[in-house]
Amino acid sequence: MSESLFEKLGGAVAVDAAVDIFYRKVLSDDSINHFFDDTDLQAQRDKQKSFLTMAFGGPNAYEGKDLRSAHAPLVERGLNDNHFGAVAGHLKATLDELDVPSDLTDEVMGIAASTQDDVLNR
Amino acid sequence: MISLTYGNDTHTCEPGESVLAVLLRSNVDVPYSCRAGACHSCLLRRSDGAVPASSQPGLKPTLREQNYFLACQLVPDEDISVSLPDDALVTGHAIVVGLEHLNKDICRVLLEPATPLYYHAGQYINLRRQDGLARSYSLASVPSVDKHLELHVRRLDNGRMSNWINDVLQVGDQLDFHGPYGDCFYLPDAEEQDLLLIGTGTGLAPLMGIARDALRSQHRGDIHLFHGSRTIRDLYLDRCLRELAEGHPNFHYRACVTGEDAVDEVRHGRANEIAFSEFPDLNAKRVYLCGLPAMVNTARKIAYLNGAAMENIMADAFEMTDLRKEERTERE
Repeated sequence: MSESLFEKLGGAVAVDAAVDIFYRKVLSDDSINHFFDDTDLQAQRDKQKSFLTMAFGGPNAYEGKDLRSAHAPLVERGLNDNHFGAVAGHLKATLDELDVPSDLTDEVMGIAASTQDDVLNR
Repeated sequence: MISLTYGNDTHTCEPGESVLAVLLRSNVDVPYSCRAGACHSCLLRRSDGAVPASSQPGLKPTLREQNYFLACQLVPDEDISVSLPDDALVTGHAIVVGLEHLNKDICRVLLEPATPLYYHAGQYINLRRQDGLARSYSLASVPSVDKHLELHVRRLDNGRMSNWINDVLQVGDQLDFHGPYGDCFYLPDAEEQDLLLIGTGTGLAPLMGIARDALRSQHRGDIHLFHGSRTIRDLYLDRCLRELAEGHPNFHYRACVTGEDAVDEVRHGRANEIAFSEFPDLNAKRVYLCGLPAMVNTARKIAYLNGAAMENIMADAFEMTDLRKEERTERE
């Protein structure tokens, strides 16, 4: 059996390496950081970890309806394609920073892009 | 036969059964969710001994140190007593053995507990007056160094407990307490690591405890304590801290005031901002934050953005909501 995307990326270790780089980028971006409640930094970071695990093709319990209900309050506050694009940009920059090979990066970005309609509740 | 004690009941463990499985089979209502060691909903604390590291995945070091574990991840191999995090500790009794006004608004209270209290400097206790009024105060004392428990109580406008402690409480009076609680304390796991301690107001109490605990443990990294107040008159234990710095080359103390200009060694500005401008890279440092929630929450985010790992940020926010409300159980 061939290695899964998650295994090729390095599994849970890769998620651990990526989560702080990614979340710091998101928190530092004034165009989107108001969507990320920073009063519970730890809980927010855990959510980023679940997201990255999913985007890395790893085991997760995410379903379309979870993504929808989780993001519905943010959509009401104006979450749109630009914000989605900004987060995706930070994900791409994180992968680049970690020297992830471009074919794997493409796969990750493909998974992330596939969530766009659920996240934006369309 | 291995037994599991929870509250007043003892249950028998089947071979291979986790603590959570035993409790659920016995119809004990405990919180849980994923049963896979990820969600941390089933956090419990062992009260009669240590637990294996395998039952503590992802827990903060301070919780691990206090024998917290995930009920779904622990299969007991000996008799064990467990409790929910909040009933872990019973009411203690203490006598007031010292009262000293450190400045016009802050009183140092020394307590002698009826039975020795196992605690870490920097944790807090909930102090209870005989009529039931209760408030949380941090421990500035260090167990192996100080004979008594030390609290710093700042007088607050309309603060019933804090004014009573400052004006009415006498040496010889008895007080009850619950605790200790809190996971903001010194850990001897990285003695070379630099520590950055930032506090406002009586946030100095836990930080003094933590700093002195680190020095007692012969911590080798640098320990930088930044204390912020509004005015120079609001600073307290200033001389004591300067002496501590003179006696320990790796301990550094910086007083900061926001409401007055810099004078001598007192800096002008917010303690957290001054600390982070002196130490912009927190990658390998451990950061302790104690005081008003606005400062703690801001500083926590900045510390993380400046490179501190999440598990290296220890914070204790002194939550205070509406001071005009009649009933209040928050920290003072």
